[in-house]
Amino acid sequence: MTAGETHRAIEAVFRIERARLIAGLARLVRNIDLAEELAQDALVIALSVWPRTGVPANPGAWLMTAAKRRAIDAIRRGKMRERKHGEIARELEGAFDGAAEAVELAVHDDPGDELLGLIFTACHPVLSADTRAALTLRVVGGLTTDEIARAFLSSEATIAQRIVRAKKTIAKAGPGFETPRGAERAARLPSVLEVIYLIFNEGYAATAGDDPVRPSLCLEAQRLGRVLAGLTPEDAPENAEVFGLLALMEIQASRLAARIGPDGDLIPLPEQNRVRWDQLLIRRGLDALARAEALGGDGPYVLQAALAACHARARSAADTDWPSIAALYDRLRAVAPSPVVDLNRAIAHSMAFGPEAGLRLVDEIADAAALRSYAPLPAARGDFLFRAGRLAEARSEFEAAAKLTRNAREAAFLLARAGACD
Amino acid sequence: MRVIVFVKATEDSEQGTMPAGWASEMMAAMGRFNDELRDAGILLMADGLKPTSQAKRVAFDGPGRTVIDGPFAETRELVAGFWLWDVKDMDEAVAWVRRCPNPMPGPSEIEIRPFNEAADLP
Repeated sequence: MTAGETHRAIEAVFRIERARLIAGLARLVRNIDLAEELAQDALVIALSVWPRTGVPANPGAWLMTAAKRRAIDAIRRGKMRERKHGEIARELEGAFDGAAEAVELAVHDDPGDELLGLIFTACHPVLSADTRAALTLRVVGGLTTDEIARAFLSSEATIAQRIVRAKKTIAKAGPGFETPRGAERAARLPSVLEVIYLIFNEGYAATAGDDPVRPSLCLEAQRLGRVLAGLTPEDAPENAEVFGLLALMEIQASRLAARIGPDGDLIPLPEQNRVRWDQLLIRRGLDALARAEALGGDGPYVLQAALAACHARARSAADTDWPSIAALYDRLRAVAPSPVVDLNRAIAHSMAFGPEAGLRLVDEIADAAALRSYAPLPAARGDFLFRAGRLAEARSEFEAAAKLTRNAREAAFLLARAGACD
Repeated sequence: MRVIVFVKATEDSEQGTMPAGWASEMMAAMGRFNDELRDAGILLMADGLKPTSQAKRVAFDGPGRTVIDGPFAETRELVAGFWLWDVKDMDEAVAWVRRCPNPMPGPSEIEIRPFNEAADLP
């Protein structure tokens, strides 16, 4: 191997270990910034030692030991001026009496729990959702601030500043780096799931031809979801949402290749070539959904995953089980009401029970402020009227929808539908 | 990116003769490795394959189709097992394979093949 190849190989090992390393160090030194710095120092040491010695058998333990030695050095040089230094130093020195393996056992006893603690800390509800997402991508996902900035269509300076502030807020709020338990865990879990889904949706919203960093956010979120699911016990009903979110992301991601046409336009679900749906991800999604449902899950993520699963199971658009989808929207409306859910519920009812059922429901929500200039509302109403044979009314709805949409392709489609109302 | 990781066959795997003590130790180590892959969120699927004495091939020549029964001769080119992983790049895949326990009692090889991505297709 050339020096460059060796360097890259070591960095790849480091990337695998990085999140758990930072998690263990953050719990030890109670400071994310310092933990990141110590992890980076460990990488620098590895880059100078491993080319001679080879990669050690347990690289995670090796890097942790190297980082802890740096922490002790830093304490001795008086660089850590915050409280509790003496205490941390004593703890570390005690740990260093034994061999590297003993250190590993003494202080790094449950890397899974430490990683979970780091995820909960980065997703602490004292931070805004965007900030949580940036911090999670940085410390857990290992993305650079430049990559995060590109992912969120922001500037590197803005993201860097946001992360610095977030770390300060966490240090001040002192939420600790422990994994919350019991009622506190249940209360904080939604803010973790929200961040993972936000990251996923940033990727899902990006189309081909954009910066490749954005679509890769889907994979980043799926990885986070899989890691979280792997660390989540299947014993409490509130954990069902973890598996529900994972199922939702896996099934939505299964359509990534099928939802973008050769011209870069989005292809709506009924028109997608289902052969291009990723059956492996669908199967993984259905497995995760089954685990969620076994826990009695009935939360918004489980219900949305069940909706996605109805589409995933249909071999063609015509095979879609619309009565089940309509029933799921009834339940989703009860746990997570929103005008968009109401509209989708009306569409599902129209497909399951006929256009009159759809019209009845859509007329109940026609006055919702959030839907006032929302093109899909008149588009759906036009479709119901068209199918009910009320062509003149359908035409004016399609024309209204065409005026509201900002997407030229969609406008052309709606005008064509208006033209067919003769 | 998605990769398929092939465990290449050996004379031992093809004959299905693995030393008993070695096999149980290897299975335990492989179980721990698979746990690590799962915990890292990269493992999509893993499976082992029966020796090619149980396999068949269909040879194509224009319109002709000929079924060939195993076992097949070119042992080093045969596949004994595989994983599907989601990784960031080939460096990460190589780093994971390096920490895999040797799946065979003697010398063996693991091959990493990246999937075609939408961007690679004409």
